[in-house]
Amino acid sequence: MDRHPLTEAPSRGLGRTRRWATGRTDQRVERTLGALAVAVLVFIAAMLVTVFVKAWPSFSHNGLSWFGPGGDVDTQLRAMQEIKALPGHSLYYFRAWPLIWGTLLTTVLAVLLALIVSTLAAIFLTEFAPRALRRTLDPVIRLLAAVPSVIYGLIGILVIAPYINNHLISDARKASVSYVVQLNGADVMTAALILTVMILPIMTAISAGAFAAVPAAWREGSLALGVNRWRTIWRVSLHAARPAIVAATVLATARALGEAVMLAMVAGGRGFAPNLLDGVTALFEPVRPLAATIFQNSEGLSIPALGHTIYAIGAVLLVSAAMLSLGGWAAKQRFKRYGVRA
Amino acid sequence: MSTVELAPSTAGHGLAPPPGTAIARAPRERTGSWPLIDRVAYVLCWTVGIGLCLIALAIVLFMLVKGVAYLHPKLFVESPAPSLKESQSGGFLDPIIGTLIVAGLGIAIAAPIGVALGTWLAEYGRPSWLARAVESAIEIIAGAPSVVLALFGLLIFAQGYLGFLSQTAASGGVYGRSFFAAGAVMAVLALPLVVASTREALTRLPDRLREASFALGRTPATTVRRVLLPAIRPDIATGTVLGLGRIIGDTAIINILLGTYLTLQKVGNAPVIGTLRGTGSTLTSYIYSNSPAGEGNAPQKAYAAAFVLLVIVLILNGIVTWLTNRGGQSEGGGLSRAFRLIPNWSKLTWR
Amino acid sequence: MDPMMPPPVRRIAVDRDPYVAPPRAAPNGAAPAPATAVATRRHTAKAPSANVRERMSIDSVWLAYGENWVVRDVSLPVRQGEVLAMIGASGSGKTTLLRSLNRLTEITAGAARTGSIMLDGQDIHELEVNELRRRVTMVFQQPNPFPMSIFDNVAYALAERPGRGGRRRRRSPGIEAAVTDALHRAGLYDEVGGDLERSALRLSGGQQQRLCIARALAAEPEVLLLDEPCSALDPISTATIEDLIVELRDSVAIVIVTHNLQQAFRVADHVAFMHLGELVEYGTSEQVFDRPTMDRTRDYISGAFG
Repeated sequence: MDRHPLTEAPSRGLGRTRRWATGRTDQRVERTLGALAVAVLVFIAAMLVTVFVKAWPSFSHNGLSWFGPGGDVDTQLRAMQEIKALPGHSLYYFRAWPLIWGTLLTTVLAVLLALIVSTLAAIFLTEFAPRALRRTLDPVIRLLAAVPSVIYGLIGILVIAPYINNHLISDARKASVSYVVQLNGADVMTAALILTVMILPIMTAISAGAFAAVPAAWREGSLALGVNRWRTIWRVSLHAARPAIVAATVLATARALGEAVMLAMVAGGRGFAPNLLDGVTALFEPVRPLAATIFQNSEGLSIPALGHTIYAIGAVLLVSAAMLSLGGWAAKQRFKRYGVRA
Repeated sequence: MSTVELAPSTAGHGLAPPPGTAIARAPRERTGSWPLIDRVAYVLCWTVGIGLCLIALAIVLFMLVKGVAYLHPKLFVESPAPSLKESQSGGFLDPIIGTLIVAGLGIAIAAPIGVALGTWLAEYGRPSWLARAVESAIEIIAGAPSVVLALFGLLIFAQGYLGFLSQTAASGGVYGRSFFAAGAVMAVLALPLVVASTREALTRLPDRLREASFALGRTPATTVRRVLLPAIRPDIATGTVLGLGRIIGDTAIINILLGTYLTLQKVGNAPVIGTLRGTGSTLTSYIYSNSPAGEGNAPQKAYAAAFVLLVIVLILNGIVTWLTNRGGQSEGGGLSRAFRLIPNWSKLTWR
Repeated sequence: MDPMMPPPVRRIAVDRDPYVAPPRAAPNGAAPAPATAVATRRHTAKAPSANVRERMSIDSVWLAYGENWVVRDVSLPVRQGEVLAMIGASGSGKTTLLRSLNRLTEITAGAARTGSIMLDGQDIHELEVNELRRRVTMVFQQPNPFPMSIFDNVAYALAERPGRGGRRRRRSPGIEAAVTDALHRAGLYDEVGGDLERSALRLSGGQQQRLCIARALAAEPEVLLLDEPCSALDPISTATIEDLIVELRDSVAIVIVTHNLQQAFRVADHVAFMHLGELVEYGTSEQVFDRPTMDRTRDYISGAFG
């Protein structure tokens, strides 16, 4: 069979078969599939709408200060659970700042760390690793990505947290904040470390794919100009891989935001807002990120005020994930300016 | 003109340098001449690479050690029983059954819908605003935290008219938690993976495959069903197994939609439906419950169950690797196999 | 001349120019030079340069990939002030030999060599490889501008000199002057000088290749290696680059590998004909094209194979 070059190309874009779908059966098939697509769309839209509808009372009672500080989150949640309003406030009174701050601390730390490590790992994988090591590292990365979060949580709470508690947090440090909070190894640092390991694989995989896709012509051209291999990677390959690294970061941040179980086990379980003025000790203070809060209060969903508050937290998570995707897309558009293929 | 002699002349030259001349092989680039900061970066890269291997090794070895220490065959056949002593708190039969039920339900719903959706996106996709909306919706699900999906699931299944899918209390309130509910939301979790695999695989198939089928008189619908989908079977399998992995590893949805009872609780008397309407646990929620973060403080059981879970996940991972390697090797073979699915394909001639 | 021999390539090139070069407008808007200026320019530019000195010497070099000796016992001089063209059929080893001049063959595992290559009296294998590649730069067959702005592309190699900082120094007057100078020498400044921050990938093929030449020149090399630089370009861009090559030969030693015999005739002062790894003939371009001493050279030039 002769191969015509025009038909060798894989079909790009959508709707390859649609052009020929004119018969009656075809139209029925197309309409059925289309109806399915509409159903899925309606389902997802309904999900978004209902979550926001259920979340609205909590926002309407608190206004914008929902996001601000004001009292202990755990006390507020408990008040809602016992349906006994705190004195001077409504039952819906809620100030989520400690939770938001905890989420920010763990997520930003983990993503920054993972960004550096995954870029170095991707460079190692594609440029410096000998072939045998490269072949071993591929399944290793896939393995790390496949481990369920509850196992990471288990290792964290049974091994890492005690280790940090016994070896990295001195008694003096514990004493310095004991009037506010107890340090026991389940804290920002442990959570961020394990979160880093959890989001590393996907970032490394995407970045490595981008580095491997850099045209050899650029690498050769740079070497031929007398630029050593590391500088070539740093100035050309990294430059070309930037859109993919941005995409990977967005994906990893979304994953980190949504991580509930591991953080519920390891981050401390207390709605505490670490005080940066404590210095390094702040890293050893417990937090409870947003997703973990939902997870740990899931029994109270039928209680009116508590339920609304939890849905409100869910809505905040959804909006953050959506904004992340948008931000990532905008960043990719900026890189397209120099002709770097995303 | 005489014919040209194209072989090299051996006059004066050999096919190899005269013996005794020093032959130098290409050296690896010496980093000794690099500026310091570049050398530091080079060492860092190596450290990170080796470090990753070590971390993975540490995790696997640790779980292996703990698992072997605490795993007994009888754990597989006993149901969890509340007890203060670990040695009497039973095994994890129910959680394993629960995992199988949830995974089976989830994939049974997600796979057909996902393949159908992926096919529609790749092959039809009209009107285009609908296609783009569906793609965005799938991306939203893919990025949404599983806790939020679970919240939404609870909202749906706690509605009165869906009470048959779970338990209804005497006061009329629908419990909303059951294997049905968990399975359905797990399907939503796995859907994006199946859709993405199907769609990308279909887009990668060249047009000439479709044209060949149409040229031989098959309708487009039949082409999709008989030629295209079988051609991408490995990719569909990959997507399904990836979704399965995601389902099996999730705890948040289980905790919210299946409750925290460790044993299977049937609702009603129907044999299978009763179990599906009831609640129970899976390996993941069992591990969570037995860890210091949950109620029971039975780390040994937690380690044993974690080991079993890890083995299951690794096997699934291995299946995905095997599937992708197989698909890749027979890239040309897969395509010609696809062509053979069109009857009378050999009668086709290309101009 | 032997009446039985087919007419040499040269006559074809002289009798009719197969293309029309665009008239170049002078910067102050004066009338463009007459069309015949192209043909005449070729002839006058071919006058040998006054200042010719030897820059590199290739001595009994053998090169292999794995067990296969691709270049066998080749010795050539490379001189500044002249253009050396290496011609030959595919697989004759000319590209490999070119790449060995800046040790680019070393990035392929399993490459072996013997013999010596000297740059200004120093063995290039004793030099630090990156310093060598700054002194002997290369332009490739496919234009490969980096995905950066035009300015960053040309300044790319400049920032690597020891003692240079990073982007802070990008706008230092030294670098800006060097970039402008390189663009002028490559004949590209008139066309892109207005906006140097544009992405280099937006340029046309010929402009991209001239950008690559500018980039190679910015490092002020002693030798410029060109690996079939015009094979991916249209005739007009080819003509521009060929003019450029002839202009540059006084300041840099130029080695060009080309498949195109007419091009070799147009630009080269010395020609080396290689076949299956061996140097069959080396001489001035008049001598090799008009009076080849070896049968194989004659066969190749007359198109019997290739």
